[in-house]
Amino acid sequence: MAGKGRGVGAFTFNIEALGIGRGSMPDSRVGPMPLFPNTDFKPVPLKAGEEEDYMLALKQEMRGTMQRLPHNIKCHANKAEVERYTERYLKQSQLDDANWTPDWSLLPKELMPQKKKVVKPVKKKKAVKISRKETEAMLTKLDELEKKDDGNPEKSDDETEKKKVNEGEEEEEIEAEEYDEEDVEEVI
Amino acid sequence: MTAQEVRLCGLLLQEHFGEMVEKVGTHLLKSGAQNLRMILHETGISLDLLKKSLCVLVQHGACVFSSGRKGPGSPTEYRTSCDRILRILRYPRYIYTAKTLYGDTGELIIEELLQRGHMTMSSTVKTVADRLTQNMEDGRSMDYNDVSNSFSNLVETHFLQRCPPPPRAGPKESATPAPPPVPGTPTPPISTALPTAESFPECYKVPHVTLIGRGKRPLSSEDVDDQRNAKKAKMDSETHGDEGICWQVNFERFHLHFRDQAIISAVANKLDQTSSEIVRTMLRMSEVTTSPSATCTKPLSANEIFRSLPTNYNIARPILDQYLTLLVDDPMEFVGKAGESGGGMYVVNMHRALANLARATLESVVQERFGSRSARIFRLLLRKRHLEQKQVEDFAMIPAKEAKDMLYSLLSQNLVQLQEVPKTPDYAPSRTFYLYTVNQLPTARMLLQNCYKTVANLIERRLYESKESKRLLEKSQRIEAILASLQASGAEPEQLTEVEEMITAPEKQQLDALRLHINKLDSAENQVDETIFLIESYVNSTTTTS
Repeated sequence: MAGKGRGVGAFTFNIEALGIGRGSMPDSRVGPMPLFPNTDFKPVPLKAGEEEDYMLALKQEMRGTMQRLPHNIKCHANKAEVERYTERYLKQSQLDDANWTPDWSLLPKELMPQKKKVVKPVKKKKAVKISRKETEAMLTKLDELEKKDDGNPEKSDDETEKKKVNEGEEEEEIEAEEYDEEDVEEVI
Repeated sequence: MTAQEVRLCGLLLQEHFGEMVEKVGTHLLKSGAQNLRMILHETGISLDLLKKSLCVLVQHGACVFSSGRKGPGSPTEYRTSCDRILRILRYPRYIYTAKTLYGDTGELIIEELLQRGHMTMSSTVKTVADRLTQNMEDGRSMDYNDVSNSFSNLVETHFLQRCPPPPRAGPKESATPAPPPVPGTPTPPISTALPTAESFPECYKVPHVTLIGRGKRPLSSEDVDDQRNAKKAKMDSETHGDEGICWQVNFERFHLHFRDQAIISAVANKLDQTSSEIVRTMLRMSEVTTSPSATCTKPLSANEIFRSLPTNYNIARPILDQYLTLLVDDPMEFVGKAGESGGGMYVVNMHRALANLARATLESVVQERFGSRSARIFRLLLRKRHLEQKQVEDFAMIPAKEAKDMLYSLLSQNLVQLQEVPKTPDYAPSRTFYLYTVNQLPTARMLLQNCYKTVANLIERRLYESKESKRLLEKSQRIEAILASLQASGAEPEQLTEVEEMITAPEKQQLDALRLHINKLDSAENQVDETIFLIESYVNSTTTTS
């Protein structure tokens, strides 16, 4: 390195062409840049007015709403014990919203969930129906047990669906009884 | 997709859609178009969550899908672009503009559509009517017709548009979504360019929808809710005649509106209120005749302008002519003269106005960062293009040593560039001219990236502040909830004060300071976004002309 000892401070070009003198070089850097370099001029204050306040409120509201929408997919890891305590105080409607179904005509087919998942909501509906009319079903079951040999008890017109459910149950019971009789015969 | 844009998009996605969507979104941004298997393999998220995230992204228009590059049989590919995600910063401005133009109804329509991505007209109308009814006094409710009228108004002025039908794989299928008036164009099986919403002529047609009813108020007891939900489920199964027609917000139209507003307010600041009214009239007259990327509006004669001025501005005809001459002679070149017929033909120069506004932004940035004398040097270089060191000192009337310092600090920040002009072919330093220059377009691009970095830093700082005081925030939220429930059930004031005292005074101070900081950071984000809009419009206008 021929230039190491002799020309360390020399530049390869004529420094006066740029208008810089030897003495006006900035200080050489010692270490990394500071994290918050100090500025000579303070920034201009923010605009403050009715418009800005309104837009600020809009922004914060929108952020809050979008975080509560079903589009906001939370990681499953968040569902710890603590979350369920607060969920008791959430309205039922908010929890129902979590099952959001998009318009599948606008999305590619491969994004649809697998077919076995489609069956679940159907099952849920049946379960829900039964749970809603649980009390009434219990009462009619008790009536049936009382009047077992009298045939179908009278039902009001509003409960046609319940009638079908009960008839289905009765048919199962009758079939069970027939099956038992057949079993008995075979054993003999 | 620069690194700053990707970082900002990631933060926006995380705040609004959660971490899963953020992971998927940033991965797609960094790697371009990919199909489902590749994304699954590279991100390592479960298939179920990945599908959901992609649904959310497509629903909000952030991601588009198309059939693969290798032919109609290859799996669909997904790609995202930064632009759409960066629009999330501007949502409050869109909603506020809708409020000023169309009142509360318009505001809520735009808000619902922005939150949900895209929705059918009937579901939008119902949700908005319900929300408006909630805020009205007891006994009054909002009629669906009013909301439908607002919706139609928004569609007529092109603020809302239909979502484009999705691209399908086979050529036969793609023929059906194409509208009948375009029978001659063959639809290629692989579309190189994705059709935008505007490429379908029916995108602004309001469908015939049968919507009769009024908004509903949510009832308090849960049992009644369940019963009403059961009945509602049966009612919603009626079709309203617009199934499958989804609507989305037309951002480009809002941007044109913002651009016009920027030009009008600039004229008002530079000249006076009357001139800004004249420019506003000219812009309003050429709203429908000018294409969005036009360099200038169609020429308007002074007679037409005089007739279309608002009636409360009764200025005489010769005074109008004087104002127009003043506007034409102004160095900002907002208005130009295009001919003499009809009392003088005048145009509004869009691109030049945007360039001048961007230039003013750059100058103001230099002024606030480096001082007014550096700003003087910057403006000098913008005007005179190339100057030597000595000439800069002379023209700016600044002593040599200080001028040198300022030039070098501007140079180190890349706001000023050095151009070498050699006298001899060997570029010998003693025989070369070194000229300082400012290039407006690259400097504007650099400033735009700085703005993105600024907003990302603001968001991160806000998240950091909320995280630091998370415990305190949760405590205050719980106490507010307790207070609200106590007040609703009619408690005594002593109980209320007892609950309020659960927050100690220094904690209250801390909370107030925290709220002030977060509000400031949020407001700063909104205002940096205004600068982003100006510079983006300028950069986009130069790419369309070149």
